[in-house]
Amino acid sequence: MMSENGTSTNRSRVPKGLEKIAVAWGSVVVSGLTMLGDISLFAIQMFRWMFTAKPKKDTLLPNFYSVGVLSLPVVALTGTFIGIVLAIQSYDQFRNMGLETRLGAVINKSLVRELGPVLAATMLAGRVGSAMAAVIGTMRVTEQIDALISMGANPIHYLVVPRFLACVMLIPALTVMADFMGIVGGYFHSVIVLGIDHAQYLRNSREFVSGFDLFSGVFKSIVFGALIAVISCYHGFHCLPGADGVGRAATTAFVQSFVMILALDIVLNLMLNGVEYALWPGGTKLF
Amino acid sequence: MAWGDQVVLMNASLLEQVLDESSPKPRALVETEGLSLRFGKQTILNEISISIPKGQTVAIIGESGCGKTMLLKTIVGLVAPTSGKIFFDGVDLKSLDDASMTGLRKRFGFVFQNAALFDSMTIEQNIAFPLKQHGIPKGKSESQLIRERLNEVGLPTNVLPKKPSQLSGGMRKRVGLARALILEPDLLLYDEPTTGLDPIMSDVINELIIRTRKRYEVTSVVITHDMHSARKIADRIIMLYPFARLKPGESQMLFDGTPDQLDSVRDRRVKQFVAGEAGERLMEMLADKGRGDLDSLRHLPEPPKEET
Repeated sequence: MMSENGTSTNRSRVPKGLEKIAVAWGSVVVSGLTMLGDISLFAIQMFRWMFTAKPKKDTLLPNFYSVGVLSLPVVALTGTFIGIVLAIQSYDQFRNMGLETRLGAVINKSLVRELGPVLAATMLAGRVGSAMAAVIGTMRVTEQIDALISMGANPIHYLVVPRFLACVMLIPALTVMADFMGIVGGYFHSVIVLGIDHAQYLRNSREFVSGFDLFSGVFKSIVFGALIAVISCYHGFHCLPGADGVGRAATTAFVQSFVMILALDIVLNLMLNGVEYALWPGGTKLF
Repeated sequence: MAWGDQVVLMNASLLEQVLDESSPKPRALVETEGLSLRFGKQTILNEISISIPKGQTVAIIGESGCGKTMLLKTIVGLVAPTSGKIFFDGVDLKSLDDASMTGLRKRFGFVFQNAALFDSMTIEQNIAFPLKQHGIPKGKSESQLIRERLNEVGLPTNVLPKKPSQLSGGMRKRVGLARALILEPDLLLYDEPTTGLDPIMSDVINELIIRTRKRYEVTSVVITHDMHSARKIADRIIMLYPFARLKPGESQMLFDGTPDQLDSVRDRRVKQFVAGEAGERLMEMLADKGRGDLDSLRHLPEPPKEET
């Protein structure tokens, strides 16, 4: 049907509320895709700089210290707590089935494969990622990035590459630490507090946790580390002026990193499970 | 004065004029040709063509938001122009790749509005930063160069281990100048060097700009709102006006001349800026805000009447 001025009137049949919702969702999708494209270009630029010029030692070491050394205590502490909580939550269920000695297998497998890397990545995103966004954002707002460029330094090479390398190279160590402390926490609660047999607990742990589980966790953590560094630095670089802009950059960096860690965890789990089933069709079964 | 003397004077001035025209123009260190900068629909700079000869100190004045800082950032390649060309010592900046542009930046020194010192570094590391990027000139040591520049800007060596946050605004600006001078650049760009400083410290910075120019024969571009400062340091003053408020076809550069010529200018907007009077801008702002706010601003002086 055509109106008097020749334009289609189909549009008028769409309820106004629905149109508003469609427009709002459309703009969200468009801005999301634009940001994804921007982040991808930012990452490509970073990789280009990473392989064309060697980062300087004085930019690498402070970042390695901040990511590795300063994050270690908090990762170790939260890892321990997670191990204990897992033991507390699982004990009753396993005792009802008479399988409490298998608790070690469940706690350790969950930690090594899933909780360790996700926990280490979450801690890194919260402690280091948001700080990266805030520091780079402040440098943007106070013209320090312009000063870097005006003095012939490339800000991607100078600010982003060292942070990326620090995250990627040290998150496996943080993950192993979270795994280890979680295992210690789970063991402590299961054996010392709940009185599960020490020898059986350890035997089951050894039997059901494979090298591939450890590899999966560490592999995932490397991907998470890369993601945190790129997202956080991107938001720092695109920080809006003022204190509000810096605060928003830090918050957005953490929220997006966290959501992406969990989303990517699903994809990586599906992929790694596929690889595991292909390599060891029988696998190891808890029950 | 006798008629004969007048003839001699006329001949002398004619000769001067002829010599002026026949002598080659001083070579421009910086030249912009039809430089325009737009962010979306907003035009910041429109068709700006400036030629700055070697050794000249140019002050760019104009109200906030007229594009002064953007012009400076465009000249050093911090912001890419939408259209137009920028030449530095005859080289079109657009034709340079990243590596050549980085090499060229050795010849620029930029003194930022709030100094833009790196918070995470000490003053010594801040001043040494360009040396780390471009290398130390032959026959000098890093610490010798740092101490020399620090001495030139009148700062004691005990500031070297301090962090920028431990220094006052004036000291930070002087450190910023020392950092910009460390590689003895050909072009020094100052973004509002006296803003936020007390009158005495402002004059210290003005004197430093004059001394730096004499010592290094450097070409300088100074963005400022401070007319006292502009008159004191500049050989030439350019006034920019916000593009959005220009009449159709009007140039964004309302004035380009010597500080003395500024006194005889007839353009009302230039006169108001130089005198620091709100003029019709006040009326425009009131019109923007609506009649409701008029009463609260009634005590403000009436704008001067336009000269015919």
